[in-house]
Amino acid sequence: MLSRLVAVLALAVSAQAVAAGGAVHLEAADIDQGNISSLQRGARNFMNYCSGCHSAQYVRFNTIGKYLELSEEQLVDNLMFNAETTFETIQSSMPAADAARWYGTAPPDMSLMARAKGADYIYNFLKGFYLDPDSPTGVDNIVLAGTSMPHVLWELQGYQNAIFSEHNVDGTMSHEFEGFEPVSTGMLDAEDYDDFVRDTVNFLAYIAEPIRSERRMIGTWVIIYLLVFLVISIMLKKQVWKDVK
Amino acid sequence: MARIEAEVGKPQGGFMKWIDDRFPFTETMKYHVTEYYASKNFNWWYIFGVLAFVVLAIQLISGIFLAMNYKPAAVDAFASVEYIMRDVEWGWLIRYMHSTGASFFMIIVYLHMFRAMLYGSYKKPRELIWIIGMLILFVLMGSCFSGYLLPWGQMSYWGAQVIISLFGAIPGIGEALVEIIRGDYSISDITLNRFFALHVIVLPLALIGLVFVHIVALHQVGSNNPDGVEIKDHKGADGVPLDGIAFHPYHTSKDLVGIIVFLIIFSSVVFFAPDFGGYFLEYANFEPANLTATPEHIAPVWYFTPFYAILRAVPDKLWGAVLMAGAMLLFVFLPWLDRARVKSIRYRGWIYKSALATFVVSFLVLGWLGTQPAGGLYLRAAQFFSALYFAFFLLMPYYTTIDKTKPVPDRVVYHG
Repeated sequence: MLSRLVAVLALAVSAQAVAAGGAVHLEAADIDQGNISSLQRGARNFMNYCSGCHSAQYVRFNTIGKYLELSEEQLVDNLMFNAETTFETIQSSMPAADAARWYGTAPPDMSLMARAKGADYIYNFLKGFYLDPDSPTGVDNIVLAGTSMPHVLWELQGYQNAIFSEHNVDGTMSHEFEGFEPVSTGMLDAEDYDDFVRDTVNFLAYIAEPIRSERRMIGTWVIIYLLVFLVISIMLKKQVWKDVK
Repeated sequence: MARIEAEVGKPQGGFMKWIDDRFPFTETMKYHVTEYYASKNFNWWYIFGVLAFVVLAIQLISGIFLAMNYKPAAVDAFASVEYIMRDVEWGWLIRYMHSTGASFFMIIVYLHMFRAMLYGSYKKPRELIWIIGMLILFVLMGSCFSGYLLPWGQMSYWGAQVIISLFGAIPGIGEALVEIIRGDYSISDITLNRFFALHVIVLPLALIGLVFVHIVALHQVGSNNPDGVEIKDHKGADGVPLDGIAFHPYHTSKDLVGIIVFLIIFSSVVFFAPDFGGYFLEYANFEPANLTATPEHIAPVWYFTPFYAILRAVPDKLWGAVLMAGAMLLFVFLPWLDRARVKSIRYRGWIYKSALATFVVSFLVLGWLGTQPAGGLYLRAAQFFSALYFAFFLLMPYYTTIDKTKPVPDRVVYHG
């Protein structure tokens, strides 16, 4: 019975994963939550390139320091640009009201973005800016069309064009995304840029649920304990029931 | 074991006598625990009652600790949940236990109901237990719904928006009723505050009271069993049913095994997959409620999706709401819709077996359809399976009458 239940649930989960796909095919971010140096680079990237506009208002520096194996001094010197103590959370340097006026919408808080949208989404978003002369920022994004975010990482990636093929479906023209074509080169080559984005996304996935690795570790012990207890309870049941005919 | 029974059963003298003269402690323990006899041939379908009780305890205890740290205000709610997740000692565990517990509560209650449908547990003389059980289901659904608004995420907000607006379909009083429920012209701080009151006081109180009555009613008539025969019809010289064994220590020791298996499954979700692929914690709910941005796809939590699919299968809002309510309420009438002379599926004919299988498939498919966008083929499928769902209930008086049943044995079947 239980195996049947698990099978039904597993089926349901895979169905949900398919439903979450959406229009554009998302390349896997392939992040590794156990890779501390990747997370450290991600923290550096986030604080240098993102935190000017994006807060992570639920994330404390000391929490990051503990998991990323960074001393208080390293935190202060490398990551805390506008914070006084390590107990503080990551605040954006840009006032939200101004940001809303300048961009049309305030840059969202990043604390939970990886849980809300998924790591793959952010990975593809950060790689998905392409030139669009009609947009006020000069770029649009293949993952989030009409985004008000400019291509902040243009210096690293360079600019690219998006290639669309046109199809005539029942009299209406539809555009299908075919791929990107580099227009200018940035400071990083394509592979290094992927790594840069991957590290950043890895960090965002970590801050979305800092307890993730600890809960798995505790969970393993809980289940081992319960399995031992299960054996004892089965022995008890057999002992109690031995005279039931 | 006889020794343990003798110790509890005997007047203890001294302190226990002092208590028993003032409160029927020993008598109550005997009646409900040590001398409550239930059939010895229970199979594992009979574990879900006690598991529902365990989950109720998990929800009450974790709920108390959540309420100590949660702030029921629109400006604070979302942040206070993240505060629980990140800054409160073991807060993440408490929160995941509560969110996972909600889904498991519904899984267990659905399986508990299915057990009753398998073995005809709702049939005479247990109609009232079944009706009380249905009231428990409705209060539980209310608890789940009011609780889901509290994290104040996007899906909390828009899910509540959709469901509350259903009441607006009632002719005449609809709009006024919706305003009374919300306490405002839209879902707001006021709505959140009153849902908090419902979720932490009104509904849990009702739930505990109904569970108490459910068990008292059960112990009045005695538990059914997989054979659907009354064990009280065959009693020994001591007045104990021949096929009955005491709840404690026999059923308790067996239940303990089931509880631990349940805890292993429960912990696997809490510690390794608390969002369960977006089913137990919907991804969109990690974004704070935004009154100006409707999510592109609003889906209720999985346990409401079969009913949600029925709602959407009907093009008319009022009739959709009526059918959705009907889909839930029809369960209440099962004791009278079912005309079969036998209780258990073991002695029913192929017609009822096929009908029940069709119903289960319809329920599961509707549940899946409720998570998907409605339209085209999905809409047709939802209409088709809704029809099957209702046919199971509405045709029941007919097909249970003509169904060929097998002879029921005198005593329960038990192979040691």
